[in-house]
Order: sequence, then structure tokens, then C-alpha cells
Amino acid sequence: MIEELAHPLSKYLREAMMPHIWCSGCGNGIILNCFVQAIDEMQMDLDKLVVVSGIGCIGRAAGYTNVDSFHTTHGRPIAFATGVKLANPNLEVVIISGDGDLFAIGGNHFIHAARRNIGIKVICANNFNYGMTGGQQGPTTPLEALTTTTPYGNIEHPFNLVHLAAASGATYVARWTTLHVRRLTLSIKKLLEREGFCFIEVVSPCPEIFGRHNKMRTGLEMMEWFKKVSVVENFSDPAKAEITPEKIVVGEFVDIKKPTYERLLYEKLSQTSRESEEKVD
Amino acid sequence: MIEKRTVLTGAHFMSGDIACAEGAIAAGCRFFAGYPITPATEIAEHMARRMPGIGGIYIQMEDELASIAAVIGASYAGLKAMTATSGPGFSLMQENIGLAVMTEAPCVIVDVMRGGPSTGQPTLPSQQDVMQAKWGSHGDYEIIALAPCSVQEMFELTVEAFNLSETYRVPTILLADEVVAHMWEKVVIPPPEKIKIVNRKKPNAPPEKYMPFMPNDDLVPPMACFGEGYRFHATGLTHDEHGYPKTQSSEVQSMLVNRLCDKIRKNADKIIKVEEVMLEDADIVAVAYGIVARATLSAVRKAREKGIKAGLLRLITLWPFPEKQVAKIAKQAKAIIVPEMNCGQLVREVERAAKETPVLSISKLGEEPHTPMEIFEAIRRNG
Repeated sequence: MIEELAHPLSKYLREAMMPHIWCSGCGNGIILNCFVQAIDEMQMDLDKLVVVSGIGCIGRAAGYTNVDSFHTTHGRPIAFATGVKLANPNLEVVIISGDGDLFAIGGNHFIHAARRNIGIKVICANNFNYGMTGGQQGPTTPLEALTTTTPYGNIEHPFNLVHLAAASGATYVARWTTLHVRRLTLSIKKLLEREGFCFIEVVSPCPEIFGRHNKMRTGLEMMEWFKKVSVVENFSDPAKAEITPEKIVVGEFVDIKKPTYERLLYEKLSQTSRESEEKVD
Repeated sequence: MIEKRTVLTGAHFMSGDIACAEGAIAAGCRFFAGYPITPATEIAEHMARRMPGIGGIYIQMEDELASIAAVIGASYAGLKAMTATSGPGFSLMQENIGLAVMTEAPCVIVDVMRGGPSTGQPTLPSQQDVMQAKWGSHGDYEIIALAPCSVQEMFELTVEAFNLSETYRVPTILLADEVVAHMWEKVVIPPPEKIKIVNRKKPNAPPEKYMPFMPNDDLVPPMACFGEGYRFHATGLTHDEHGYPKTQSSEVQSMLVNRLCDKIRKNADKIIKVEEVMLEDADIVAVAYGIVARATLSAVRKAREKGIKAGLLRLITLWPFPEKQVAKIAKQAKAIIVPEMNCGQLVREVERAAKETPVLSISKLGEEPHTPMEIFEAIRRNG
């Protein structure tokens, strides 16, 4: 009799939630794989890890991860995670969500969480469109790209997410594509080790919904595009890292130390408490 | 000096907003997230002052969408949590009030009602959010809403709101009006041991057997919190007892949504509170709530002096609606009047419960609540 061998990483996933909803050629599985690889290599205490996501294809990642997890309303994972992190700062709170969720409907929460430098970690799958609803234009859709709501070509300038994150105050900012599996995994480990608000953008293929309108019908074709145009430039100017058809700058952009919101908050709590006791004496 | 006591036992002269904040703290609230808005801002300001002294968290969020989301997050991380707002902010919160209903997150939302629609009259009172409190978020659900009529009740009903939200795992709304929020009155805060505090049921099952949305007989599931080792999932999608999405099953949708409604409907008798004043022989009854009930009480007393058999049914619980209590008085009354600071909202529920008995809306908008004389005239005309 052949023993059924469990995948070494399967303990990190909820088997009851399988099969997953992601299309063939989608990059979300690679991102989830890199994430669980990182938590495996770090031997994280899984009872202290919370994964939160919003709405969208990658939004299902929270449910697939076998830790405390929450699937919020559209755009609100960062605001929800803010409550979790402040209520229990011992928890490692990670958000895995998409570009539409985090930067269109949830954009305000992103910039304010980054400004506060609250210690929540955001991994964004950027697939250039709203995949789950069938491929509409979103905040990262490239100029001239064809989507179901830009049938004559997109006329909106896309966000440069790493520039936005850096300008808003994030203390760790990186961008990779799903082609950069090893570097992405290393980067996720750094994201989990750092304090403060950390952000990784993962440029991710969406051949079924986005690629097919844009001359990249398969996951392979999208990956070939990433391979052809990606340039690793660590600590280059994020302002100059706009994604274009000709160039995707990847690498780390920001890795700095700054007091976190929760540290300042708890310092303030103990300071006010101490002052109050001194006055009583 | 910073106040470190959690319960300020004793007699105080304070505003309704401050009494509400003190009620929350006494009830065990240790997380407040909000966004400034008249006439609820003083609740946030008082929480900002008080929370550091008692080891609680205050955070001002970027908007009301974020405030309620953070409150739900804190609730899932194990703290009793609250936010406070007024009409415009309450509208923004409706999205995640639905999430709190669906994921059964205990939390308290204070809505100090001002004049609407839209920006309306920020500094003037109204009772225009009564229907929004019940129906504001999309989909079918039941919710609890309480209407304080005094500064003392701003304290007491905030405690009650926390207890109900923890008991039934449902967002509970303190539906105050601008007058009770800004009015200053005497408040007596009891010693801590005299204040009834309810905490959410915790699971008995070990983590591997825990089903986060499997209810007990009271239809309420015990609640584990993040970081306790249960490693559970919660989602705003329709979900089974495991918390796993079941978006294609009509059976799961029907079971879940009916249970979310039934846990309130079937416990309505335990939840609902009203105050009955001179109802025994009353043939003209006023149904009122909030500050308007105070003016109505004066009017009823004056009517009695004039020999009119008037009575007051003061609704403390607005949702679930006290149908039985209204139906009971409708059997004896010739007429029911419903004074409200809106175009006539809760009067529709009164009509529904009163069946054949004539029900008259005494609507008033803007500037100030009804005077006792206005309500007395309505009683006299219909008595």
C-alpha cells in the first residue's frame, strides 16, 4: 500500500477550503506559496499570526491560510487589521489583498496606516485589473490597456504603488513579480521581521481576465513579459519606478527604522500612568 | 491628574456624551475608534482623555468606514469596543455594521442623531435615524437599538448596550438624540459590584473541535478570539458553522440568515425594555422615546390634571420593536399618538402593532423637541 504523503507546507493551508478559486496561470498561488514558505522558514508561532484580506481573487488567501483569519468587506482589511493590532500588539497581522481593494476603494486606509507606521504588513497582488468581477479597469491598469470598461484603451494614469507607499511613510517597501519566487520569499521574511508598516507589491499574472485582452493569453506569456522587462534595482528612487510595458523596476525601495504607532501608543500609556502615580505620591 | 478608576462611583454633574463614555468604560470597553462629528465628538474627546489611565486604546481613524472596521477588528482580538458618530458617519458605517452582523462581532455604535438628510443641521436634534438603525445595511438582519431619554440613561443604556452585544454577538446601537447627548444632568454611578457586566461566551471545545459559527441553544455561537490558538476563519460571505464560505448553497444561506434574525427575534422578550406610565386605565396613550418622552411625560401629567385618561408608553428598546407592548395598549386605547422628531418613522411600527386602533403621528422637525404643550394639545384633541 502506498502511503499518502502530505505536502510539507500543507499544514499551513486549510484543506477543507480546497479546491481554490484561482484560474490556471494566475499568480495568486505563487504568492501564497511564497508566504507560507516564508512563515515555514521563520518557524513562526502560528497561534500569533493573523491573516486578513479584503475582497477580490486574492482575498480568498486569508481563508486558505490555516491561522486566525478574517475576510473583510471590500477595501477595509487595513482598517480592520488596525483594530486587531492595537487590541493585541503581540499578534503578527498580515494583509494579503489586491490592487483594487487596497488602492481604489481602500486607498485612504492604506495611506493613513502607512502615515501612522502601524505595525501591519501588507502584501498586494497587483494584477492590473478587477479580476473577480470580470476584468474592469482599476487603479493600476496601465495606460492604453484594454479592459472590459476601457474597450478603447485606458486613459487613466495608474498608481505607482511603491512610490505611494514610500511617500505615505511605509518603513519597508519592495516590489517583485511572481517570477522572482526566491527574492519574494526572502522579502516576505524581511517584511515579517520588521516592525512598522511594511509593503510588498507583487506584480502578478492574470492571463484569463487581463492578459487575454492585452496580447498575453497565457500565464507563460505574462511571465515572459515579466522576465523580459524586469530589472532588479535595489534602493532606487521609487518615484522613478513606474511600471511600463518596457520596464518593471523590482527590488527593495525602502528599509528604514521609525517608531511604530503601537510602540508610541504604549509608551504614552505607561508615561501617563507613571506621571499620574508621581502626582499621587 | 489622570483618572485611573474604571468606575467613577458617586454623584456627578455631566453631559450625556460624557456619561455615555463613562458607561462604556464601566461596561469594560477598552477600545474606541472614531472620527470627529457633531454632536458626538465629546464622546471621542472623553475617551481620548480616559483610555490612557485605564490601559485602553483610543484611536482617531481616517473616517467612519475605518472606525467601525477597527472596532470589529478589536472585538475579534478580544476587547470590548465602541465607536460614536452622528447621521453622516452612521451612513458610512452601515457597510461594516452589516459585516459585524454577519461575523457576529460584539460592538457598540453610538449614533447621536442630528437633523438630516445629508449634512443637515449638525447642532440641532432629531430622531431621523430610527429606520436607518434597523434597515441601514443591505440584506436581512436584526439588530438592537436603545434610546436613552436622560443623561443617567446615557450611562445606564451604554452599559446595557455592551451587555446585549456581548450576549447576542450583535452590533448594538445607542440611538441618542442631540438633546440627551449635550444636556447636563445629575448622574449617579453605582459601585462596580452593583453594575451588571456580561462577557461573551467562550468556547469549551478544544481548538481542533471548535466550530466558530456553531450556535448553542440560544442560537449564539461561543466566541474565540484571535491569538487564543483556535486558528479559525471568519468572513462576510455566507458561511457554514466552520466559518467557510458557502456562496452557492441556498440551505446554508437560509440557515445562517434565519439564525442571525432568530437569535434576536426569539429572545425579544428578554431584550425589550419599556417604561409604562399611568397606562392602567389610559384610553389615550402616547408612545415616545428619547428626549421627546420627557416632554410627553409632562403632557400626560397635565392631561391627568385636566381629567383626561392619558398614559405614556416610553420605548427604551426601539429594535427589536416592542410589538407586544404596543399591541397590549392598543386593545385598551381609543387612540395612540406618536410624537417624534422626524417626519414620522417609528409611528409606522406602532401602526402595524396597533392594528385597528387609530394612530396619530405628531411630527416635528428642526430647532427644538416638542414642547409639553404641543403634546398636551394632541392628547386633548384625541382624548
